[in-house]
Formats: sequence, structure tokens, C-alpha cells
Amino acid sequence: MPKSTARCFIHRPARLKRRFAAIASVAALLMTVSPGGAETLKWARSLDVQTLDPHAYNENVTFAFNRQMYEGLVERSDDGKLIGVLATEWRMLPDHPDVWEFKLRRNVTFHDGAPFKADDAAFSIQRAMAPTSNVRTYLAAAAVEEAIAKDDYTVQVKTKGPSPLLPENLASIFIMNRAWAEKNDSVVPQDFKGGKENYAARHENGTGAYRLVSRESDRRSELEAYDKYWGIGQFPIDIDRIIYTPIQSAATRVSALISGEVNFLQDVPPQDISRLEQNESLRVVRGPEIRTVFLGVNTSANTLASGEAKGNPFADKRVRHAMNMSIDRLAIKSAIMRGESVPLGTIISPIADGYTEELGKFPKLNIDQAKQLMAEAGYPNGFSVTLNCPNDGMVNDERICQAVVAMLAKIGVTVHLDVQPSAVVWPLVLNRKTDFYLMTWGSYDSQLIFDNLVHSRGAWAAANYKNPEIDAKIELLRSEADPQRRKTIIAEIWKTVQDECFYLPIHAQVLARATQKKIHVTPNVGNQISVKTIKVDK
Amino acid sequence: MTGFFLRRLLSVLPVMLMTAFLSFAAFHFIGDPLQNMVGPEATAQDRARLAAELGFDRPFYIQFFRFISSALHGDFGISTRVGRPVLDLILERLPATLELAILSFIFAMIAGVALGVVTALRPRSILSGFSLTVSLIAVSLPNFLIGIGLIYVFAVKLGWLPSFGRGDTVKIGWWTTGVLTKTGWQAIILPAISLATYQLTLILRLVRTEMLEVMHSDHIRFARARGLPDRLIYFSYALKNTMIPVVTVAGLQLGSIIAFAVVTETVFQWPGVGLLFINSIRFSDVPIMAAYLLIVSIIFVTINMVVDCVYYLLDPRLRTGGVVR
Repeated sequence: MPKSTARCFIHRPARLKRRFAAIASVAALLMTVSPGGAETLKWARSLDVQTLDPHAYNENVTFAFNRQMYEGLVERSDDGKLIGVLATEWRMLPDHPDVWEFKLRRNVTFHDGAPFKADDAAFSIQRAMAPTSNVRTYLAAAAVEEAIAKDDYTVQVKTKGPSPLLPENLASIFIMNRAWAEKNDSVVPQDFKGGKENYAARHENGTGAYRLVSRESDRRSELEAYDKYWGIGQFPIDIDRIIYTPIQSAATRVSALISGEVNFLQDVPPQDISRLEQNESLRVVRGPEIRTVFLGVNTSANTLASGEAKGNPFADKRVRHAMNMSIDRLAIKSAIMRGESVPLGTIISPIADGYTEELGKFPKLNIDQAKQLMAEAGYPNGFSVTLNCPNDGMVNDERICQAVVAMLAKIGVTVHLDVQPSAVVWPLVLNRKTDFYLMTWGSYDSQLIFDNLVHSRGAWAAANYKNPEIDAKIELLRSEADPQRRKTIIAEIWKTVQDECFYLPIHAQVLARATQKKIHVTPNVGNQISVKTIKVDK
Repeated sequence: MTGFFLRRLLSVLPVMLMTAFLSFAAFHFIGDPLQNMVGPEATAQDRARLAAELGFDRPFYIQFFRFISSALHGDFGISTRVGRPVLDLILERLPATLELAILSFIFAMIAGVALGVVTALRPRSILSGFSLTVSLIAVSLPNFLIGIGLIYVFAVKLGWLPSFGRGDTVKIGWWTTGVLTKTGWQAIILPAISLATYQLTLILRLVRTEMLEVMHSDHIRFARARGLPDRLIYFSYALKNTMIPVVTVAGLQLGSIIAFAVVTETVFQWPGVGLLFINSIRFSDVPIMAAYLLIVSIIFVTINMVVDCVYYLLDPRLRTGGVVR
């Protein structure tokens, strides 16, 4: 809410600035002095972690924090590649394509000192499949049936039929210690409806580079470097203490960074980027995010639920294409995103598997041709419809919607804007109760996008695109193990998606992080910074 | 007295019921807590199963009835965001809010009365002109802007005070307090000032007007005629008479300080119930939102009742006159 207000104060009279400048510089000097070697990362984000239980909650902020303490068999690197962490190698058994085998890393210990064994990995995967687990959808997507410890350092995951994307899905499953979970009554993930917190919700026992010191929810969490971490020597681990604070108000968050109370700001508001860049004691790092932003239209309804139109104009491909070519993506980039976005002609991120340059191209702005298409489709005078738009789901979402309203007005489409929190808008999408909506998605692989957004029964497929042929191809893809054939099918599906144009892509987000000058953070496409990789100037 | 009290209590019940209904109804129809609980990739069956377990599939009036009957037993349900009892969460956060509210209330009272007296007695002094102008500006600016302004000056530019948080706290029983530590005091100053500005202005202006009026009344003129010292006249005779309406208004303002701490708490990331409420909106955590509004209205109603009763004790006309028998 007070996002833009801080800017009012940039233009304070210079007299005031001069008077405080001397005192401020002394204060800054005092604050930068710290004991040699030991470095504390004072990390601020807009939201707090919801629970420490690694399988109880499927949400990015929570995952991004918990990954400092917990590790998976495999993980996503900063540029989105799948890398081994607790597993060193993995393969689909040649004679049993429905079994994946993982060889585990040796000499790994949990924070309580217990050695990491295959039994812990098998236990964690089974735990993540429990009914109260919030991450079991990943395992369901990979058709996991069970996980078995073959010997101390080999674990096998059995799937229903060949499951080519199992390792990708396992990147979301953290590994915990069986004995610890059993001792502390945390064998199943925290049950949000039972009203009882389990021990694991406020304590942790992972294998990660940092261990929990203290935590007060919505206030402060403190971590310290784990001195027996297996990766010492492989990763910089320059940070030996982390203090994590949620600060909701964007203006306060930025102020806290400038005043030195925090030294790492993960969610930098776009309007503050240039101001922070001009500050000589700070560093701003930008990087692409795997997340794309796009509009969706309901193609299958008989009539619009909102607005006035003859029948459902979105059922006509020509209308969809007309709308697509009247969105000025470059203007959105320069005027709303202040240059911080990658305009796109597809809903798959340029970082994800399956993206091609060809997909990324977006149509030229062409109002005349769009009007002509509208007329051909029988809507020479346009129509009116309501756009459901969240205001806290992505960067500048509300302003993007406002721009779209103005752009579509040029081809006669009158858009009534209905802006609400994403807690209200997402259920509309899930229940397919919207004609026209702004949406976001971030997947590392085409298949997850197809499963959720393209398949006629996909959980988020409010576009309601019904094409049995495409559905069949998506289902085929789920168990197709041959990489070449996968590639062909993926390209075919994308061709149809682009041609049918039931999603109107806008851009991929670019994220900015700001730190004190001496701290070097590598951008992470999933917006899940790994603190062990942060370097600090000595 | 007992009759009066009982009658007041009876009139409060419908008010409470209405508030409970409105808060429950409003939040019930915005957002979907299930969505937050089952996660984005959950299937329709998962959602339906959870809805049935939580009773979200029952008709609205049944859900409301359940809410009221368990609220009467002190059970406000389970937070759908953190999965803990709502009452525990609110009690955990209440000390922070109450400390902030009480401190800014005391600050507003002391500074408001003092400046009110000065502006009434010395209208031409620099301090009077300054405080009247500043108070006018302060009352016209939105509260969050004042907060951000304070942060900019005292945290960013001067580096004297922290821009967010509550500092170190000390636990006394279930109560956590920040007033026993140095960082706690440093942290409370800015939010307390920011929260107090509106009340301070109100009290200042009220005291000033009342004081000006009282200074012209007969008993002051007589006091002057008797040659009593100024200090005695101002503080003993004039101020005392001024305070009756001031105390009433200030008492009612305490309620709104607690309620409007929401904005200040968000700006300063103050870990009180207001911040909890704002966080809950984001996650459609209906039990917390409904309970918060109910508790705030209980505070308001209680303060109102106390003020009424104090009035009854203070003002003999209420006891003998025809208003209340």
C-alpha cells in the first residue's frame, strides 16, 4: 500500500539533506564495523515462513527459507539446472523403466549428528506422500508408488509406469531424519486442520549448511552455519549467521536496507531499484525469474458470465488473436516494469525446458489488423467483459491490468477491471468461474505447464480449452521416456497452444535483489537464494 | 447502579452479535482459505475432502452458529494459515499492541494536555503557533505517511532509531514486554509517536478550547479577584474543570488507538495483533480475521461501558434526574 509514498521524500529540500549528511556518514561508519571473519546475513523479505515442517506447506517463501536447513536428493541450481545434492547419481533402471535408482552421498550428517542413510531418504519420500502432506502433488505428478532403501546408500523409487520427470519432481522433496521424526512425534507432516502443531513445525533436523538457532513466527528467525556440513570446502559459506526478518511494508523494507538494519533485501520493489542503484554502499543484482505473466480467456463457455456480448467471443480464435496483437508488450515493459521484464509471446519461460526462440516471438502491435479480425469474427463494435486481476500475485499486476484495459479499448473491447487479492482471484481460476483473468506460472519443464494449464482437466486450466487430441498427447508425455520423442511431442503441443492462442502472454518477470556492497548474491531463477553460495568481500 | 449496569449490558449483546455476524459474513465471502491450505497443485478431490473435514461445505448459518457457540466458550477456532488455535495467536500478539497503544496514549495525553494549556494561556507564543500549525498538518496527513516520514528522518538519515520491529523482549509469564530493554525502548519510540499524532492533536485542541472557555467563567474571575497565584488558578481551578470532557473523549480514543494500530503496525513491522490481522487477510485466514474484529469490538464496547459507568458515578444529575432511574 505505501509502496510509492517513500518516493515523496527523495525530493526533500537539499538543506535538510546537508544538515543530516555529516551525522549519517558517522552512523554509517559505525555500522559497517564488524568483527573480522564472522559475517551475519540480515535478510529481509515481505513475508514470513509458514512452517519449518518440510512437507507441510507448498509455497515458495517457505521453501526458499527451509532450503537453507534441509536438502533434497536433487535440487535446482541458481540457473535452473537439476543438480545432485544428497544423491550423487541417478538413473532409470534399464530393464525396469518404472524404477529410478539414486546413489547417495556418503559422510553426510543431520544437524543432530545422526548419519544420513538411504532409509532416511525412503522415509522422507514416503512421508511426503502422506494425506497431510502439501507436497505430495509433486510425487503424484510423477506417479510415485513407493520408495525403498536397497542398501545404506542406494534408494529406489518405484513409479506406476515409466516416469521420466521423477528427478525433477523430487527437487521439491526435502530429506529428514527418520529416527528424529519418530522420536518427536512428527512421522506425518503437520496437519493444518487438526489444530495441533507437530514438533517439526518449529524445529528442524536437516542436512543443510545452516541450522536453526531460534524462531519467532512473523518476527525473526536465526540460523547459524553447521560446522559438520558435508559441503564445507565446496561452497563459499562466507555467511556464518542468518537473521531472517519479514517486513511487510515495502517502504520500511527499503529504509531498513538503506539504514543498514538489514543487508540483504530479496523482494525489491521495482520503483525503488534505480534509487538503490545510486546508493554507493549498496549493490543491486538483477536476474530473470522462471515466472511468466499472461492473460487467460474462457474459451468453452456458451456465453460470458460477465459483461455483454453475443455468445462467447472468446470461443472464436480470431478474437483471441486480435486481442493478442493489440497488447503493447514493449510499452508495458518500459512504462510499467521500468525495463525490468522480458516481453514474451509464450507462457513458457525462456529458462525452462521446451522453450524456443520461435515460441518467444510476440506478434507486432497491429490495431488495424486486429480490428479487421474482430469484424470478421462478428464483433465489429467489440464487446464488454470483466477482467479478474490480483493485486498481490506478481510484480505490478494491477498496473498491467490497467494498461490492458486501455489497450483493448482500442479494438472496441470494453474491459471492466475487478482487482482483488490473489486469495480471491486464484479460487476463481481454480473453479473456472472467470471469463478473463491475469495469471502467472513458473515451471522448469513444459510438461508441468501442459498438465496444469493446457490439459482440459488441468487444475489451473480455466481457459477451458477442450481438444481430445492434445489431451491424449499430454497424457502420452507423462510416461514417455525417450528424450527425442518427448521433444517432438512437446514441440507439437506448443505449436497448437500458440496457434489456438487461449493464453495471451505478456512477459517473464525479472527480479532484483539488493545487498550491502560487500555481499555478492547470485540471482536464482526460482527466487530461492541459497545462502551457502553467497560470497562476502573480506 | 446495578439496574443501570444490567440495562447497559443488555444493550451491548445485540451489538456484539451484529459485529460477529458482519465480520464472519464479510470474511466468509472473500477468498478461499482452502486454496491456501491444500496448495496450488491440489486436485478438486483434495479440496472437497478438506472442505468437508472443516465444515466449509455446510450452509452459512450453521457455520455461523458454530462460530458463535464456540466463541462463547473462548474457542475461536484454528488458524487456517498456521494451524494453531486463534486465541493463542492473538494472546501472543496482544502484549505488543497493548504496550504500543498504552504508551502512545500516555504520550498523547501528557503532551496534548500540556500543549493545550500552553496554547490556551499563551496564544501568541512561538510554541503555541508552532504546535497549532504542526498539529494541523499532523492531523491532515495519513497515518502511514507520518510513519514513513519518521522512518526516513530518524532511521535512514540520522540512524538513531530502528525502522522496524520491536527490539529485544523479556518474557513475564505469558506477557512479553519490550519496555525492560534498551532496544525495546528504541524500537517503540517511532511507532508510538506515529500512532499518537492524531490523538495528541485531538486532545490538544480539546484542552485548548475548553480551557479558553473555562478561563472566562465566574469561578476563575472570583479566584483572580481573591488574588490567588496564577499557577493555582490555571492548574487547580481551570484545568480540573477542563478535564471532564477530555477524559471522556480520551477514554473512547483508547479504543480506536488499539484498533487503528493496524496501519502503524504494518508500517513499522510491529509484531502485534494488527499485523497478524493484515497477514491473515492475505491468506484468507477467516478464523483470525473474525476473532480479531470480535475482540476489537469487545474492547470498544467495554471501554464505552466503563465510560458510561464512570459518568454515572461522576455526574450526580444522571442519578437523580429523569434520564436513568
